[in-house]
Amino acid sequence: MAVVPPPSRRRKRRMDKVLEIVNIPLDWLEERSGLVGGVKYFLFRKVPSDMNWWHTLGSATLTAFLVQAGTGVILAMYYHPHPDTAYESIRHVTHDVTLGWLVRGMHRWGASVFIILLFLHMGRVFLFGAYKYPRELNWIVGVLILPLAMLEGFTGYLLPWDQTAYWATVVGINLNGTGPFVGPLLAQFLRGGDEIGAETLTRFYAMHMLLLPGAIAGLIGLHLYLVVRLGVSSPPWSPEAAGRDREEPEPSGSTGLVRPGPRGGRPRGE
Amino acid sequence: MPVVIAGVVIAAIFAFLWARDVMTPDRPAALAEPEPVPTVSSGEEPLVERFPRNKFLELTTLGLGGVITGIVTVPILGFAVLPAFTGKELEGVDLGPLDKYPEGEWREATFLLDPAAGEVSRRTAFVRNNGEKNGRPSITIISNRCVHLGCPAQSGGPRQDDERETIKTEQAELTLTPIQPANFSCPCHGGAYDTEGNRIAGPPVRALDRYKYGIVNGNLTLLQPYSVGKVDGEGSNAMIKAYGLQGPGEHVDGLEAFLYPIQAQDLE
Repeated sequence: MAVVPPPSRRRKRRMDKVLEIVNIPLDWLEERSGLVGGVKYFLFRKVPSDMNWWHTLGSATLTAFLVQAGTGVILAMYYHPHPDTAYESIRHVTHDVTLGWLVRGMHRWGASVFIILLFLHMGRVFLFGAYKYPRELNWIVGVLILPLAMLEGFTGYLLPWDQTAYWATVVGINLNGTGPFVGPLLAQFLRGGDEIGAETLTRFYAMHMLLLPGAIAGLIGLHLYLVVRLGVSSPPWSPEAAGRDREEPEPSGSTGLVRPGPRGGRPRGE
Repeated sequence: MPVVIAGVVIAAIFAFLWARDVMTPDRPAALAEPEPVPTVSSGEEPLVERFPRNKFLELTTLGLGGVITGIVTVPILGFAVLPAFTGKELEGVDLGPLDKYPEGEWREATFLLDPAAGEVSRRTAFVRNNGEKNGRPSITIISNRCVHLGCPAQSGGPRQDDERETIKTEQAELTLTPIQPANFSCPCHGGAYDTEGNRIAGPPVRALDRYKYGIVNGNLTLLQPYSVGKVDGEGSNAMIKAYGLQGPGEHVDGLEAFLYPIQAQDLE
């Protein structure tokens, strides 16, 4: 039987000193802002015990957005939104600037990752029924984020200003133009005039790096607020019901939709 | 100017609303009046708030906030949207001496629509000299913008790139390439047109757009583009009903044309 010696007095005093040094600035911050408590509340809030990896798709999407924001800010330091120099500036980033190829590659491929994760997250929420009461509003906010993210893709695609970018945008804008009644006006607004040119490039650039990311960030804030306020939902096969223990049903050998569940349904065809 | 007027109108509306809000007697306060007032034995006036100051401040804040928001937002929105709809009229584009276009032959001309905008305004048109009609030269100028979704349509047939001519005009340089098209077709989604620009296959909804033209000092000059539903006849005998230029994919004739009642170009 190993006997743990009590910590020596000196050692205990040293520990207290370290704790004090860590705590003093935190306490200062907490007293004046309540931020420490807020972060603790966010990090240590209660979640269902049977959460699984599918629940991480939302955080993964957020991470993808943050990667896009970070790499995008740095790319904006090198990019020239003018028809004569846009392509050359991107060539410069890709071939000349140290690690430019990496940051541009992250932004380029990360764009697809972001959209794919958005859809996977949406699919998870749909299949888990996590959009139901009281989380309908959070679904709506997410549905607003989706087209904004796709507009990010549409506006960002033009910025390299190569042949693919140019003609894809021509087709995209003209597709909008074929919409009945307001289509031609929308196309005119997107082009910034009768023809695609410098005006189109600068307005796509402004939308891509200011308007749309700002709107997405705001909606993500609202989305997260609702997640924290409403809590995370259990998976559909969870024995945990909201706020109460569910009665354990008789084992009947039934097969649930997702896995043999403790729900007590009868086997099919009976 | 219209932005200023709109701003003034909105400011006036908000000012009126604000003034009306302030002048309107406060109903909740009126309701509260008949409530029993605690009698004060000292004989002084009972302490009742006769004028609800917080209500006044609330309305003032809302009203002023509305006015300021209107004053700030209207010009910003106008600036964001209106310039797209107030484009400048394009000058004619000089396409070089008329004798560079031999009778009965096609030339693929590339030119700068707006030299100030630079290379981004480079456009291509297929030009054919139809010879004289009633003593005046007849020219067919077809835009290469596919009327499906705006990709560049190509000439289908032989082309003599080694005989390409570069002509310097006062505005900018211009290239002419001899072509012998059997048709025009678009690589994006397979739209195909005959040599009058009529659709023969694929998704386009009308014939290729054309340009008006003039002869200035013996030089062919490109004028306004226009849209075409269908061309009857060919060459100098072609019968064309011209519509104002419309975007690709928009119908100019038939029932579907009712889907596009407003044209951005019509607004200018």
